[in-house]
Amino acid sequence: MTDTATLPRPTNRDEDWRYSDGKFLAESAPEAMQTWSEIEVPAGETRCEILATGEGAVERLRVTVGKGARLEAFAILDKDSYRRTEVEVTLHDGAHFEFGGVTIGGGEATQEFVTRTIHAEPNGTSNQTVRAVHWGKATGNFLGRIEVVRDAQKTDAAQNFRAILLEKGATANTKPELEIYADDVQCAHGAAIGQMDEMAGYYMASRGLPPKVARKLLVQAFIGDAFVELADDGLREEMMEQALAKLDEAEL
Amino acid sequence: MLIIENLSAEIDGKQILNGLTLTVEAGEIHAIMGPNGAGKSTLAYVLGGRPGYEVTGGSVTFNGKDLLDMDPHERAAAGMFLGFQYPVEIPGVSNVQFLREALNSQRKARGEEPLSGGEFLKLAKEKAGLLKLDMDMLKRNVNVGFSGGEKKRNEMVQMGILDPQFAVLDETDSGLDIDALRVVGEGINTIMRDPAKGVLLITHYQRLLDVVQPDKVSILAKGRIVETGGPELAHRLEEEGYDAVMKEDA
Repeated sequence: MTDTATLPRPTNRDEDWRYSDGKFLAESAPEAMQTWSEIEVPAGETRCEILATGEGAVERLRVTVGKGARLEAFAILDKDSYRRTEVEVTLHDGAHFEFGGVTIGGGEATQEFVTRTIHAEPNGTSNQTVRAVHWGKATGNFLGRIEVVRDAQKTDAAQNFRAILLEKGATANTKPELEIYADDVQCAHGAAIGQMDEMAGYYMASRGLPPKVARKLLVQAFIGDAFVELADDGLREEMMEQALAKLDEAEL
Repeated sequence: MLIIENLSAEIDGKQILNGLTLTVEAGEIHAIMGPNGAGKSTLAYVLGGRPGYEVTGGSVTFNGKDLLDMDPHERAAAGMFLGFQYPVEIPGVSNVQFLREALNSQRKARGEEPLSGGEFLKLAKEKAGLLKLDMDMLKRNVNVGFSGGEKKRNEMVQMGILDPQFAVLDETDSGLDIDALRVVGEGINTIMRDPAKGVLLITHYQRLLDVVQPDKVSILAKGRIVETGGPELAHRLEEEGYDAVMKEDA
């Protein structure tokens, strides 16, 4: 056990905390930001985790995924104060990591996902999809690091981040980091930050949809990408409803 | 039904419509023809309330109400339909979901009961059949991956489902092959040929007017209506061209 009293407190100068809420970092106890929970998915098994359901502002999860096993993790960050969900995954031979995250909200909240995916053995696959929808002065971040060790041939890793900013003043940051030491791998990453498609909004209005309804349909389609791989239909619907309820609060 | 008086409009400070006056009565299909850059699409978008199209003068009265005072979705609920020259793709939203939300939003605005899922699907199936669009396409995302002709047919299916009182159809015939043109034209006849409805049919070509017989034809040039006549005017344009007809009649 580490002596918490000597733990350094992260600041915005640390790369991994660069876009975090500086005020929160300065005021909170360092141990709250550095406590990991650990789980192991045994070889051949599948585990599905819904994250960010607790009260803590910072949640850190370290997972070892055994040979041929599968970890699926999904989360919505929608609180009005700082929230950070970190996932560190080590993938063994043929293991898969699926991640779907949504940050959504207004006000002045900063919400961030930080993932570190370690392809430690060959044939591992990972797929991460994060969607951010913000208004007011809110910020959504996604920092995703993928590490492929020298022997992890045939790794197939994909990462995709897209953000819609509904108002001037909202922010989205993303930082994909790929560290690849094997030569026969595929690593894809994509990022786009933009506004609502005005022409789509007008097209929908021309068919009779009030702006709020049109916006909800467009946002629903947008964030839906993050939960496509969530197999449980009921759970997927619940998560969509939770995220869209946040949008209903927005005064735009 | 639709009375446009002395309408002027600009985009990005550039004046496109220049004192346009035009009346379309109920039961009338009124074709608008005109050379490129005359303002035909601008007229359609101004009637549809597209942001960025600024009305600088004149008035538009639709069923006795000030159309220009309404937001785009309110115009739709009041019975106005705009058929797009370039229908917009909406990834992630299915046609069925989109149209059901649209129809029920319109019904709600008019104080009518919403249609249930079953009632809506029955209606959608009927209208899609009319336009020879199969139900699978209605389940796909709005216009995503549709060919040009499929997009135009999808516009007409939407028109059939929403059942407007008045339709402004902006070059609905462009991008259609001969068979699709016939299907779309017959769709317009079936949905909109009605003593209580009106159509403003913007087109470049006589061929659509062979299927959808207009009651009146107007020529739009330099932002105003320069001539209005019967169907024979369209034939003369096809044979002689805009320059000759406008010069002769000047």
